[in-house]
Amino acid sequence: MRFLRAKTNIDFMSQSKLALIFSSILIVCSITSLALNGLNFGLDFTGGTLIEVGYPSAPEISDVRANLKRAGFDSIVQTFGTATDIVVRIPPSEATESNAELSTRVLAALSESVDGEIEMRRVEFVGPQVGDELAEQGILAVIYAMVGVFLYVMFRFQWRFSVGAVAALFHDIVVSMGVLSFVQIEFNLTVVAAILAVVGYSLNDTIVLFDRIRENFPRYRKRQPVEVVNTSINETLSRTLMTSTTTLLVLSALFYFGGEIIHGFAFTLIVGVVIGTYSSIYVASTALLMLGVSKFDLMEVEKEGATLNTRP
Amino acid sequence: MNQYSVWRYLLILIIVTVGFVYALPNLYGKDPALQVTSARGFELPSDLTANIDDALMLEGISYSSKERQGNRMLYRFADTEDQLKAAGVLRDALGDKFIVALNLAHATPSGLRAIGGKPMTLGLDLQGGVHFLMQLDMDTARSQQLDRFVDDIRAALRAEGIRYVSVRHEGKGLLAMLRSAEDRDRTMNILRTDQSLQGLNIKELAAGETFGISATVNEQQLLVLQQTALKQNITTLRNRVNELGVAEPVIQQQGADRVVVQLPGIQDTVAAKKIIGATATLEYRAVDENNDAFTAAQTGRIPPESRLYMDDNGNPILLKKRLIVSGNQLIGASASFDQQSGQPSVSVTLDGVGSKRMLDFTRDNVGNRMAVVYIEQKPGGRKIEDVISVAVIREPFGKRFQTTGIGSIQEASQLSLLLRAGALAAPMEIIEERTVGPSLGADNVAQGFKSVMIGFVLVLLFMAIYYKVFGLVANLALFTNLVLLIALLSMLGATLTMPGIAGIVLTIGMAVDANVLIFERIREELANGNTPQASIRAGYEKAFSTIADANITTLIAAFVLFLFGTGPVKGFAVTLSLGILTSMFTAIMGTRAVINLIYGGKKRVRKLAI
Repeated sequence: MRFLRAKTNIDFMSQSKLALIFSSILIVCSITSLALNGLNFGLDFTGGTLIEVGYPSAPEISDVRANLKRAGFDSIVQTFGTATDIVVRIPPSEATESNAELSTRVLAALSESVDGEIEMRRVEFVGPQVGDELAEQGILAVIYAMVGVFLYVMFRFQWRFSVGAVAALFHDIVVSMGVLSFVQIEFNLTVVAAILAVVGYSLNDTIVLFDRIRENFPRYRKRQPVEVVNTSINETLSRTLMTSTTTLLVLSALFYFGGEIIHGFAFTLIVGVVIGTYSSIYVASTALLMLGVSKFDLMEVEKEGATLNTRP
Repeated sequence: MNQYSVWRYLLILIIVTVGFVYALPNLYGKDPALQVTSARGFELPSDLTANIDDALMLEGISYSSKERQGNRMLYRFADTEDQLKAAGVLRDALGDKFIVALNLAHATPSGLRAIGGKPMTLGLDLQGGVHFLMQLDMDTARSQQLDRFVDDIRAALRAEGIRYVSVRHEGKGLLAMLRSAEDRDRTMNILRTDQSLQGLNIKELAAGETFGISATVNEQQLLVLQQTALKQNITTLRNRVNELGVAEPVIQQQGADRVVVQLPGIQDTVAAKKIIGATATLEYRAVDENNDAFTAAQTGRIPPESRLYMDDNGNPILLKKRLIVSGNQLIGASASFDQQSGQPSVSVTLDGVGSKRMLDFTRDNVGNRMAVVYIEQKPGGRKIEDVISVAVIREPFGKRFQTTGIGSIQEASQLSLLLRAGALAAPMEIIEERTVGPSLGADNVAQGFKSVMIGFVLVLLFMAIYYKVFGLVANLALFTNLVLLIALLSMLGATLTMPGIAGIVLTIGMAVDANVLIFERIREELANGNTPQASIRAGYEKAFSTIADANITTLIAAFVLFLFGTGPVKGFAVTLSLGILTSMFTAIMGTRAVINLIYGGKKRVRKLAI
């Protein structure tokens, strides 16, 4: 079976102006959404207390709210996944009591008006100092990952490729976060992990394409850089489609069957894989061409393949 | 001709076999078991196993195996009924000195265990349990240290016969006021030379009407203080967790001033939080009999050597600032009923220093009153101090005595547990808590397993349809990859969490990529008119540098995640990195070996099923 019957020869780069406009619009929209809506930061970053309980039968949310209000809790009550699962969020406060007591009292207040037993499923408490640190670590992780990738690509390819790869990464991160902010998916630690996985995936895609470009420059000495890039995209197109499909298959399984907690993770990755695939073709390659990549940039790397011939 | 040398096939065979063997323990379930440890964390006595055997034999309970694991004995039972019966029997037979805890032990066969085979540890999100991140409250620790210095300086000055105006704790330092320049010089000298007073930055205050010295605890001393406090707290937390009887707890230092406590599988999370988070200690203080507490409370004029407390009934009481004995000098505590009054009480045993001090004090103060102050540190530096009992000293006592005035026998037993386990050297605040109930854990396992299986099967089907024979070979590699990854995670003792499962799923998706790259290359080579054998060789060779570059960049990202991530992010990074490594092996070497076996030996291959 094949996605593409014959050898394709699509002129991807003829649309690069359009893509540039499209990407710019995406980024502007993302930044606007991030500025206006902000991210729906989860407990990991805001601090506070979250309590998930399972009811024997679906409760009336408004009753639960009223109950908690009567007990003196300033809280947000939502269902979680199913109607019998309730999540109570209590924002951080100048707590005069330890969180241990807080969650116990909330549980007591919740069980008051219920026949049968409610079941504690999950309690999370994050102090404000931890939240700030986690945010800082997340941002640092992304920056260091970018620096590491930049250096590696510079070492294996050339600086223009580094700029292209990092530009694509930046594009993917901003747009993914923009989408997250637009649909207001809860932004927590697992979503940060997902964004970093997107970084990994998008890189993977970009590197595969760059590798082909590096290989093709010496092969098609007579052609213009635009043509070489076009050919390379076409040659790797079936692989790009195939890998995206398998990854998306697996991610859909996670999205539909992985449960509520992994939902945000899977969603972020699905968005990221789609954007990452697009950005390898348009952002990374366009950046490469705009920086004036030419066959002279890669002359000495040409021998690279020869030393690898002895490997399996 | 495409053929691997024999040693290469052997190497692959060995790696795959080892992988399968070490992944095997994950297929076995768990045995109901009992875990016996010493209550104070001591070595287990050599006659213990004989005693246990006798006790169980008497009741006609048999265990299926026993083993010693460091400082604990593990007994496996055929079913939970036997386990629960045996727990009751052993608790009675062994008494207070040992802790008998219910446990679920891995049912890995002994042959596999002998070579170090063990199943993956499930994270708290998968098996339920409590995770705490606790931070040392350094401000309070510093202030406690300053109080100790104040006491010591006063004692040293008294010993040298220097009369001081005042020595007191002031802000973040301490202040000593003396009567003359000569006294001040002598004091400076003592502060510089006395061994027990090291660790202070001392400074003479500008001469004025009084002669003063100010001092602050120096940074180095604070660092030492922080380290020792953290170490002692970890020990204390271990003792407490031990008392709770949790199997496989994790208590670890994180960073300079934090401790992670993880109690997997614990059911009563509320009680666990109480015990772990409590920073209760007792102090024994003399009642100030020379001044009237009510007048002091009304006028606000509190004698300098005393402090004003409120007792349970809200009446003021003046207690001497000088401690008789504190919780640190306590070596044993147990809950009981007082024989005379029938009230719940805690009987306390003191160590050598403590009992001497208690004896000295009570001998000189028969007829006077002594108070017990219960101190609990709350987050944010707030302190609760309750005078729980005030009693007249009837006769001198030292090593052992009883404290009454405790509300209920439950409170008495909880207090004695806390006292036994020791006080925390410095208060700790819970800054992060994650509790997962057992039902949610089970749901997570079920959902995780289901989504991995569905994703896996979808990919297998798709690959088989898309690449035919080569697809089947890739599927074999994919399956082996999963087994190797599980084996590695088991061998390294890594903890499998929900994000970890997501990492595995993502690895499956990406492991396919290597094969896709190779197979697409082979198709290209075939399309260019090369022979099948040459195409296979060129496909693998040309795809290699692409795969290597792509995987190394992803590894860099995963490595950064591992360095900066905590908890769930780390788990994801570990599985992702290991998955990349195993997939490089199976997708390149593994598939090549199988392809070579299928096509490599044949002289003439007309067509590849790709």
